[in-house]
Amino acid sequence: MNPTRKRRLTIVVLIVAAAALAVGLGVYALQNNMNYLLTPSQVQSGQAADYKTFRLGGMVKAGSIQRSSDSLKVTFTVVDAGGAMPVEYTGILPDLFRDNQSVIATGHMDGARFVATEVLAKHDETYMPKELKDAMAKAHADKKVGDESAQGDMP
Amino acid sequence: MTPELGQLALILALLLALAQGILPLLGAWHGNRALMAVARPAAAGQAVFVALAFGILVWAFVHFDFSVQYVADNSNLALPWYYRIAAVWGAHEGSLLLWIFILNVWTVALAAFSQKLPEVFAARVLAVMGLIAVGFLAFIIFTSNPFGRLLPMPGDGADLNPVLQDPGMTFHPPVLYTGYVGFSVAFAFSIAALLGGGLEQAWVRWARPWTNIAWAFLTLGIVAGSWWAYAELGWGGWWFWDPVENASFMPWLVGAALIHAQAITEKRGGLRAWTILLSIFAFSLSLLGTFLVRSGVLTSVHAFASDPRRGIFILIFLTLVVGGSLLLYALRAPKVASGKPFKPVSRESALLIGNLMFAVAAAMVLLGTLFPLIGDALNLGRISVGPPYFGFLFPLLMLPVVLLLPFGPFLRWGKGEAPMLKQILLRAGIAAAACAIVAAFFVDGQLKAIAGVAAAVWIVAGVLLYAYKRWREMPRGRRYPAEMAGMLLAHLGVGVFVAGVLLSESLSVTSDVRMAPGQTEHVGGYDFRFDGVHRASGPNWRADQGVITVTRDGRQLTVMHPQKRTYLRGQVQTESAVDAGIFRDLYVALGEPMDANKVEDAWSLRLYYKPFIRWIWGGGLLMMLGGFVCAADKRFRLRRAATDAVAAESLQVQETHA
Repeated sequence: MNPTRKRRLTIVVLIVAAAALAVGLGVYALQNNMNYLLTPSQVQSGQAADYKTFRLGGMVKAGSIQRSSDSLKVTFTVVDAGGAMPVEYTGILPDLFRDNQSVIATGHMDGARFVATEVLAKHDETYMPKELKDAMAKAHADKKVGDESAQGDMP
Repeated sequence: MTPELGQLALILALLLALAQGILPLLGAWHGNRALMAVARPAAAGQAVFVALAFGILVWAFVHFDFSVQYVADNSNLALPWYYRIAAVWGAHEGSLLLWIFILNVWTVALAAFSQKLPEVFAARVLAVMGLIAVGFLAFIIFTSNPFGRLLPMPGDGADLNPVLQDPGMTFHPPVLYTGYVGFSVAFAFSIAALLGGGLEQAWVRWARPWTNIAWAFLTLGIVAGSWWAYAELGWGGWWFWDPVENASFMPWLVGAALIHAQAITEKRGGLRAWTILLSIFAFSLSLLGTFLVRSGVLTSVHAFASDPRRGIFILIFLTLVVGGSLLLYALRAPKVASGKPFKPVSRESALLIGNLMFAVAAAMVLLGTLFPLIGDALNLGRISVGPPYFGFLFPLLMLPVVLLLPFGPFLRWGKGEAPMLKQILLRAGIAAAACAIVAAFFVDGQLKAIAGVAAAVWIVAGVLLYAYKRWREMPRGRRYPAEMAGMLLAHLGVGVFVAGVLLSESLSVTSDVRMAPGQTEHVGGYDFRFDGVHRASGPNWRADQGVITVTRDGRQLTVMHPQKRTYLRGQVQTESAVDAGIFRDLYVALGEPMDANKVEDAWSLRLYYKPFIRWIWGGGLLMMLGGFVCAADKRFRLRRAATDAVAAESLQVQETHA
């Protein structure tokens, strides 16, 4: 083999090795860190059973926010067109968190409650994340609830 | 001044951009010097009209012209003048105008400084810049007109998103865009080289400072964005692996690789094809960044709710640029000659490994960022990839870079000397180990912090050893040419950055607490006393302002005033208070009143102790400085004589052809 070929071979081997390593690690890391977004009705129909941690998206039910009197614990209900899910969170809520605001909470199920480790509300208050809008539209279609009332008013 | 003039100016600029993009290419193809000569005046004319349009929009903001929809949407009578100017790039349409304006600034600079390049090559480079401008001007004119009228004219406008009403935000977008757009120069060079079928080493030398400057601006933009997220988003983090942060980070990674690849190509003639490929990717990722932010396909703090037509336009543009340039690459790259051979232990090898790591890291970030789109397309459900994915893979990929960094400068081109490397390994290794052992006593055995100290000392020791070697071996005046000094500064920055990241990540103390007035909390060795909340107001906001007195060992250090602002349109915004220091930041943010009706009572508060967090930005600024200093090297300019020779030669060839 002449030096040029040898060098090219070295480079190719290096690239292939690096790519294999990167793909392997990438798949490993992806498997552990994929977060699915589900709405309350999807959770209630059992779709959350496969995931330990997932993201719960929906609207904060009006009047459901309740604070503990001696700690930072807060409970509220997240609703979509066909379901409702009580959420428990300990910490400081984002600026835009309020009634009828679309939120995404990351956490896990504990019995019938969702225990959140992080709660996000969008920075633009008129803007609903597209993925959340789609997820809610899908849940809506699945349940065939029709257009009984505005999403935020559902129990 | 009427806003319609602005639109007219943009249309004229588009026509000139078409002339700049097409005629010189035809001229270069047929050897027609008159057509090639169109490039410079067309570029200058286009810049004049774009500047005019930009000026008209600024004027409309400054003079409260609410008959312009964009002005009415993003400003109001109470907004201070400096934020009204910042509001020009506060939303979609204006920030695109800023993008194209900056592209014109780069093009004009390129036109002015490229006089000594071979005529055909310069014409092609300017034409590629013109074609990019065509894409963006068409995008503005057809989908995102900032001069659209709003009739009847409202008495007052809406508001600039309060998150953007911050000094960091006024200059973050222009600086970031200067970096993004700057990669278009390297891109134009590569496309011109592919079209011409050859990449002269002299041209790469000429292109290097442009890449360095673009990368330095991008670094500064990212640092400013990170600082802004820290101070303004109110939860004290400096990096979130948010899709839009990733969008700016990918071109940065590829740009860092490109800077090093260009060094190899210029000095040794090798890796030409790789350099060209990296230039294409750096600019493509800059475009993708614009696409991700503007199209709203990904959920992020930056995402603007937007028109799907825009997303499709950018997607088509992106496909044309990436697809077209890669096709050209596939057709022409084999023609680009290869350079001098090198041994496995050589500077080339070290740089190549670094390059691969940067490229793989960029690919990893790209995969994680676009995965929600892939999952959506494959019907896997609504997926997002959490920060731990990046947090796990990125340090792993950067580890070889950190380990190799001290060796790079010591290695010779072509063939390195093993004994020299062993010496450095021994010295820097001992320094790192010694400091790590000492540090272990201070950080309570936190592994991450110890690793941070060891890695930082390893890098800094390597850099200093090399600086000392130069000092000893080179005659005065030739020890640290700008290129060398810039490299040393940037590498020093990497060390400072690594120390900042690992130390602040591992040693931070964060505490979200509920506090009643008079209550004291102990965080990270400091006592924070909450002295209640009072009202405060500014030009366009009212706020609840907390008073927190910080003491240490009974000695008062500072009084901090975090705010919870409510802007005119009712948007709520947290303003954190930061007591900055070289070795630690104290960070306080107001959460919310525990009882909304009793504001003077107990509140939830974030109290953070963040050691060494400033080193993160300090390291970034050193890297930026390194980029600028390196670009200032005389070597990149003095060799014009050589370039002239090449130019004369290629002209003769040109004439014999004709």
